[in-house]
Amino acid sequence: MATAEQVAKEAEQSDVRARWLLSAPALLIILVAATGPLLIVLVYSFLTPGPYGDVKWQFSPEAWVSVFMERDIFDDTLSLAAAHITIFWRSIKLAVVTTIATLALGFPTAYFMATRSEKTRDIWLFLITIPFWTNLLIRTFAVLQIIRNEGIINTLLIKAGIVSAPVQILFTDTAILVGMAYVYLPLMVLPIYASMEKLDFRLVEAGYDLYANRFQVLRRIIFPLVKPGVIAGSILVFIPAIGAYVTPVVLGGGKNMMLSNLIELQFGQGRNWPLGSALSIAVMIIVMVALLAYVRNAGRTEVRHG
Amino acid sequence: MAKFSIKHQPGFTAIATTCFVVLYMPIVVLVVYAFNAATSTSEWGGFSLKWFQSAWQNTQVIDATLLSFQIGSVAAVLATIAATMAALATTRTAPYRGLTFKYAAINQPLMVPEIVTGVALLIFFSRVKIFTGYSGLGYLIAAHTAFCIPFAYLPIRARLENMDLTLERAAADLYATPWQTFRRVTLPLLWPGILAGLMLAFVISLDDVVITEFVKSGGQDTLPTYMLGQIRRGITPEINAISTAFLLLSVAIVTLFFFVSRKQD
Amino acid sequence: MNWKTAATAMALTLLASTSVVRADGVLNIYNWGNYTSPDVIKKFEQKYNVKVTITDYDSNDTALAKVRQGGTGFDIAVPSQTFVPIWIKEGLLLETDPGKMENFKNVAPEWANPEFDPGRKYSVPWAWGTIGVVVNTDAYKGPADSWGIIFNTPDELKGKVNVVPEMNDVIFAAIKYLGGQQCTDDKAILKKVRDTLVAAKPNWIAMEYNTIEKMGAGDFKATSDWNGSALRQRLANPAIHYNYPKEGFGLWSDNVVVLKEAKNVENAKLFQNFIMDPENAAGLSAFHRYANAITGSEKYMPADMKDAPEVVIPADAKPRGEFQRMCAPEVQDIYTKIWTELQK
Repeated sequence: MATAEQVAKEAEQSDVRARWLLSAPALLIILVAATGPLLIVLVYSFLTPGPYGDVKWQFSPEAWVSVFMERDIFDDTLSLAAAHITIFWRSIKLAVVTTIATLALGFPTAYFMATRSEKTRDIWLFLITIPFWTNLLIRTFAVLQIIRNEGIINTLLIKAGIVSAPVQILFTDTAILVGMAYVYLPLMVLPIYASMEKLDFRLVEAGYDLYANRFQVLRRIIFPLVKPGVIAGSILVFIPAIGAYVTPVVLGGGKNMMLSNLIELQFGQGRNWPLGSALSIAVMIIVMVALLAYVRNAGRTEVRHG
Repeated sequence: MAKFSIKHQPGFTAIATTCFVVLYMPIVVLVVYAFNAATSTSEWGGFSLKWFQSAWQNTQVIDATLLSFQIGSVAAVLATIAATMAALATTRTAPYRGLTFKYAAINQPLMVPEIVTGVALLIFFSRVKIFTGYSGLGYLIAAHTAFCIPFAYLPIRARLENMDLTLERAAADLYATPWQTFRRVTLPLLWPGILAGLMLAFVISLDDVVITEFVKSGGQDTLPTYMLGQIRRGITPEINAISTAFLLLSVAIVTLFFFVSRKQD
Repeated sequence: MNWKTAATAMALTLLASTSVVRADGVLNIYNWGNYTSPDVIKKFEQKYNVKVTITDYDSNDTALAKVRQGGTGFDIAVPSQTFVPIWIKEGLLLETDPGKMENFKNVAPEWANPEFDPGRKYSVPWAWGTIGVVVNTDAYKGPADSWGIIFNTPDELKGKVNVVPEMNDVIFAAIKYLGGQQCTDDKAILKKVRDTLVAAKPNWIAMEYNTIEKMGAGDFKATSDWNGSALRQRLANPAIHYNYPKEGFGLWSDNVVVLKEAKNVENAKLFQNFIMDPENAAGLSAFHRYANAITGSEKYMPADMKDAPEVVIPADAKPRGEFQRMCAPEVQDIYTKIWTELQK
């Protein structure tokens, strides 16, 4: 005879089983077409570079050593890999700034959309996605068109007499940031919108009834309620921004490498696949640690607010 | 202030308006330059439809655009379905063994620079291609679906986490089967999240260059990989023309269905 | 909008985007982007009733990596001369023996037996050209036939110079500028190369490929570039001049090869033979704007290319041209480190 405890346990077990079944398709696709093949990269990072790309099946820790240390080309002294650290740091900085910029722009935009009447909300949702139905390269080139020396912004500035010669925006860090924020904005807006759309404004009303001002309502009521969306949006912007490739090259002029350019160099012209693999795994570990810390931290504050 | 609106936040509408204007500015430039008579994309040479004509005759660019949309829609739908199921399985539950694993696994495609996934897939899929002799679109669709899943998953999950459980409990109390509860209660509530996820996935698939470049087989150029090949030797306003055409087409389709669905309501 | 309408919209988009292709034979070409004349392809398709697909790549390394892994479904590729020996050595190519094909008689003698494919056992010439310095003479009137424009930029051009980020080409040019031999492993010279590059970089505005458009618009006033690209720039703006650096400049050629794993070998061979026909070779040139290596193609060439200084190397510059080779892996490794140092 089954005790109540057993029944509960069985129910829980069957619930967990059902949950595994439900997540099976997603896990399977990712395993086959994303994560599984990455094991190859892990293995490659411990092999010897082939003469013209690819690898030789010969164990070597050299790639991992050169992620962190560099042997001077000319006097053979070993030192910290300053070039790699500079490039890592540049990418991380850019990703952080991009995330902050898209959040600052995206949060009010999502709020604006979510506070429209129910009928028109879908229209706004489509309005925000339509620019992104043209692909990233085309959009980036369109941004270039606007900020270049002969572009609209400079033409207007000169015509208005604000400046006498065009302001060099293209090929600067500002250009990269503008482009990144532009390209990644929907990744921030959509998740925030999704969690804001069903915001219960009775809670906001209650806030005002308790003499909270607008900022307090925003900070103490709205923000905590839509936090899952903010977290999701930040992750969706931050991680792809770290690996950004096209935008920095097209708008920044390609003089300074980003992480993915460095990795691409190893798989391409540099023909050092093991180093490329080791660098990728290093990036993955950094991102994973940052993500875990972020999610854990965000989760804790949520509990405190709750 | 005449009327106190609880929904008002100072400056938000201004920021949102700016955002929409800025979002559409490059698109306007793109569309305007599609009608440019000059060969260069940087100077204005008068109004002309010649790039539409030349794009229409360029089978390579037409094929690439169609393929982009084809892969994008299939991968986005598949990814959204898988992501919705996964989101249902990983939210609103006490922690169970494997939950963190699932969370990490689903987000994994996000964490690797595209070039790495590209090379890994190149090596892996090449073996499969040689072994099976099949080199069709399946590989691109699988790859796109995989990296679209986290993009679809996160907004859906965010929506689920905010969702009220009481309605579903009420449905269950009224003897609705789990499927009925899902279909009649959960799904409609979840819909904005699913729509956001679907849109994101579609957009992400359309944008992908690097992974596609490594996975594609003969005759499988998408618009981005086609453009990547062009950058070296100069991009013509044909690209503007084709993007404009498809932009108008998608807007037309969306508007049409929007009005049709409104009539039904 | 409910899910049914959304699903229908998706289905319709899908349906609208499915196309059906019919032809007797197929030929899958893997080539650099914007490099294959649609007119010549159309002619080939009609002549042999073959459906041709063209798929693009953007670097020799990507093409090699993909083809080496296999299963690509391509029949034909167009690697550069530095890479052809690797493709041969790695056993990726089918020995189609173009040297014995009907149209081979048209191949100019200096291209009939190149170092990278002795006896033309595998490859057919597609295009060839040079790498030099392009200057907008409105911005700079001084002597420009030197890599010094790039590596020791004159004041008028500071902050207006672009460098095409082709690692091997840039380092080749820097070695020439400093009086060394290509692929040298002389550390003294390589150290000077690095110092020269690092010192020159602040004067550059960008390192990118998109030169035709940006030289035309005036974003750049000078750049390192390929000759066909320079030709297109001059046709858009007569003030833009192509220069053959006095320190020596690189020669290159792209070559049509048939892959060992090709499924449509006969069509691929037909194609190799087809493009050695003078009229077809000229058709290819008219599109990609580079010289071909086919005698007799001159009379079909577009008028603006017949004696363009970018396409026809002036007699006095000719001896300074040198075919670029693939360097030894150890040297290549140093190049990569210098390059990382330069772009960090």
